[in-house]
Amino acid sequence: MIRHLISAADLSRDDALLILDTAGELAQMADRPIRKLPTLRGRTVVNLFYEDSTRTRISFEAAAKRLSADVINFSAKGSSVAKGESLKDTALTLEAMGADAVVIRHQASGAPHRLTGWVRGSVVNAGDGTHEHPTQALLDAFTMRRRLGRLDGLRVAIVGDVLHSRVARSNVLLLHTLGADVTLVAPPTLLPVAVSAWPCDVSYDLSTVLPKTDVVMMLRVQAERMNAAYFPTVREYSRRYGLDAARMALLPDHAIVMHPGPMNRGVEIAAEVADSGRSTIVEQVANGVSVRMAVLYLLLGGADPGGADPGMGEALAGRAGAGEAGPGQFRAGWLSGKASEAAR
Amino acid sequence: MHAQHPGSADAVGAGQVRSVPPAGRKTVLGPEEISRALTRVAHEILERTNGAADVVLMGIPTRGVTLAHRLASKLSQVEGRPAPAGSLDVTMYRDDLRLRPARRLGHTAVPSSGIDGKIVVLVDDVLYSGRTVRAALDALGELGRPRAVQLAVLVDRGHRELPIRADYVGKNLPTSQRELVQVLLTETDGQDAVMLGSGREAEPGTARGPGGAGARDSAAAAGPGPGAGPGESTHQAGGSIQTGVAR
Amino acid sequence: MTGRELAGSGLAGRGTWLISGVRLAGGELADLILAGGRITETGTGLTAAGARVLDGAGLIALPGLVDLHTHLREPGREDAETVLTGTRAAAMGGYTAVHAMANTTPVADTAGVVEQIWRLGRQAGLCDVRPVGAVTSGLEGRQLAELGAMADSAAQVRIFSDDGRCVSDAMLMRRALEYVKAFGGVIAQHAQEPRLTDGAQLNEGEMSGLLGLTGWPAVAEEAIIARDCLLAAHVGAALHVCHVSTAGSVEIIRWAKSKGWRVTAEVTPHHLMLTDDLAANYDPVYKVNPPLRTAADVAALRAGLADGTIDCVATDHAPHPVEDKEAEWQVAAFGMTGLETALRVVHATMVETGLLDWTGVADRMSARPAAIGQLDGSSPTPSPALHGRPLEAGSPANLVLYDPAAHSVVDPAQHASRSRNTPFAGMELPGQVIATFLRGEPTVLDGKLAR
Repeated sequence: MIRHLISAADLSRDDALLILDTAGELAQMADRPIRKLPTLRGRTVVNLFYEDSTRTRISFEAAAKRLSADVINFSAKGSSVAKGESLKDTALTLEAMGADAVVIRHQASGAPHRLTGWVRGSVVNAGDGTHEHPTQALLDAFTMRRRLGRLDGLRVAIVGDVLHSRVARSNVLLLHTLGADVTLVAPPTLLPVAVSAWPCDVSYDLSTVLPKTDVVMMLRVQAERMNAAYFPTVREYSRRYGLDAARMALLPDHAIVMHPGPMNRGVEIAAEVADSGRSTIVEQVANGVSVRMAVLYLLLGGADPGGADPGMGEALAGRAGAGEAGPGQFRAGWLSGKASEAAR
Repeated sequence: MHAQHPGSADAVGAGQVRSVPPAGRKTVLGPEEISRALTRVAHEILERTNGAADVVLMGIPTRGVTLAHRLASKLSQVEGRPAPAGSLDVTMYRDDLRLRPARRLGHTAVPSSGIDGKIVVLVDDVLYSGRTVRAALDALGELGRPRAVQLAVLVDRGHRELPIRADYVGKNLPTSQRELVQVLLTETDGQDAVMLGSGREAEPGTARGPGGAGARDSAAAAGPGPGAGPGESTHQAGGSIQTGVAR
Repeated sequence: MTGRELAGSGLAGRGTWLISGVRLAGGELADLILAGGRITETGTGLTAAGARVLDGAGLIALPGLVDLHTHLREPGREDAETVLTGTRAAAMGGYTAVHAMANTTPVADTAGVVEQIWRLGRQAGLCDVRPVGAVTSGLEGRQLAELGAMADSAAQVRIFSDDGRCVSDAMLMRRALEYVKAFGGVIAQHAQEPRLTDGAQLNEGEMSGLLGLTGWPAVAEEAIIARDCLLAAHVGAALHVCHVSTAGSVEIIRWAKSKGWRVTAEVTPHHLMLTDDLAANYDPVYKVNPPLRTAADVAALRAGLADGTIDCVATDHAPHPVEDKEAEWQVAAFGMTGLETALRVVHATMVETGLLDWTGVADRMSARPAAIGQLDGSSPTPSPALHGRPLEAGSPANLVLYDPAAHSVVDPAQHASRSRNTPFAGMELPGQVIATFLRGEPTVLDGKLAR
């Protein structure tokens, strides 16, 4: 790393493990009476939210405040991207306020990427369009590691609307980096056409996947998909891809059930599953704060970036040529394989 | 006193390859001297705390934790009952965080006895500017309210920048600010030694244990960058960062 | 290139030029004398008393380039481009005729608007501006615009297009193809099936999936091209396919041509060079309609242009002001400028690769687009100004002198276009346009605008 956290693919294996380890220490602190650490005193974190997402905003806000950062909530919701102040002008405003970090949630894929060109501070992607949501993937990985003790070799099924899911994208990339084996399960209409290039397996049949699964992650079905012929009816979707008690019984005994929230009970997940002992849904929320504290600490807790190797470089000093084939490389390889201009 | 002790490589565990300290870096304490110093410190703690009945040893990562556990074992050998020892990471409380990129956190572990009403002895390997100890006092204050806080260090190298002194000192070691003091312990570094070297010459290739203290010290001292200023940070960071750790 | 032009007497022979020692597309060295708007003589060792002399050593002479697809933005978006700035850019790129697309504000869907654009071009005087008329009123895809009135106007419109939007209604497309047969018109289709491209942002493939940008499937283009080829065959009309961007489209057009159907096609310079992975940083300078595709598509487009399946290169020059590109990808405007880099990109992608020689370049960038736009004198209706003719005595003196040995990094700040949205910024490209002549008068000289 990295000065910004835009994509799970930005994280090497060492980066990701550093975040998870740091979050582990911070989670332990959260169990003690200490509520506030002085670490980011004098630093300003702006939560720039173009989409309504109370849970994510509160999670980042709690994380920043526990590190004693000054938090400014800038809700741009309603200022549709097509009208109102441009993202660039907003960025310049934040810059003038002295934002050390901008946590951005935006309906347009790539908006955080654009923001990095306009602000000096660190940019943290809190969910952009149908692209990525890297801190969600980190907290999911953190939760899996806490519950199951490892990530390497873990069999993870991600079920549902992969096509439109930023959670799925970030999880596939991060879990691949961390050595887990991911299987995407969805109707073909809700998978990207080039999903075969992703570092994971694909299945259309949930029931055959579940017995070979340590973690099943259910994705939310967005209401607007139902009118666009992605599947015939909600009932049919639920029958084929929903997780009810009968399907849950197909899981091995140790397996856990995850959901990034908010849930559609009775659609992708049955109430008795959501409330069962296998469900980590409440833990995921608590872990979100620790993971976001770790990210903010590692991005902002040190010297101002701007040098050649800012960010987490120092904490990772001594990792000789960290060359794990993480998605960073997976992505880089992808891009370098095809020259940006075709062969002349 | 040892003069030059370039042969410290003989303390390396079997199978480990270790480079010999180059000229300009000398061993000032060997394994026996470290052991004797800790024994003396343990006895002083017993004397000054009425048998150490309420003592909790809190080591500052990484080597302070090792030293705290060694002291605890010496105390229990003498008194016949276990002395609680834990660890106290001070990273998040440091006043020099902004001078260098973010550091990996150390581990904090409070013994089950807790620290309220206890005599907490903070344990660190080297006392230098005093800033780490100040951060430790802040961190400790968040964990509870000890009856008293004392400080034990293996080496006091001088150059204090804060009104802090150690209650127990294994070895007073006059140094210049340009020199590097490096503590190696078997648990983390494969050998017991305290080494003194010229900062400018302390480049990679000097003794470097799995904990990577050598790398950190030399990196910090290698140039006029923000991390290279005087201060205990130079040393302490070396202890708190475990390079090559990958779980 | 300073000093290349040796000014002759300013008194005598104004308008007479002797271009010496230039290499023609076929490879032979020649002198050219331009007078009275025409090439009056070609040969070697020519002299012309009082003529201004241009030393053509090392330069290639090509017939003035003809662009079938230019957005000049005037009227309506003069902040992006005007007819004047756009034709300056055209001249700098070696063009002597451009076809101005109809998606202006107001839309060029009446005789009045197309005549206005035509007149603005005449006033600018840098390049012949041939308005393209809208197929449907307001580009709305519901009702045919008054195609005949535009054809009969002073602008003599021959190409009709709703470019920017697809004439997706099959019945309407059929009627348009049929109707313009009466006056020798051609429908230029922007092939994009709207339902398959709802909200589409980037070629549907690995990159769109990775970036979370709504995919733009190749089939959305290919399905319309296939349908339109069948419609054109059915009614015996002429179809021109705008900005072909996929390998499948090339295949379909190759098949239609093999049937003898009247189908022509163009490809843009950017689709000959750039691929969709450039979108990785979400920089909207790479956002264009149709989207950048894959390396396999680029290879197929080059092969199609080389074998003539694709008739010509057309720029789809689409200028936008900075603020329309300095935004989130989804919000930013589609389009790239292209007039000033087209010949250099074709040089890099087609000539340096051995796919085309300079005769081929002259054909694909001048003769064939002129024929499709009915500017080459071959159509039954007389053309107001001839373009795309070989460089021989008697032809109009429309030509470009190009230095193939030059190379430089593309700097948008140097461009004559009012807009800066070139995807080639910072890239090193071969070649330089040294001079452009429109009917014997230089519009560009020494690599700079001559007026």
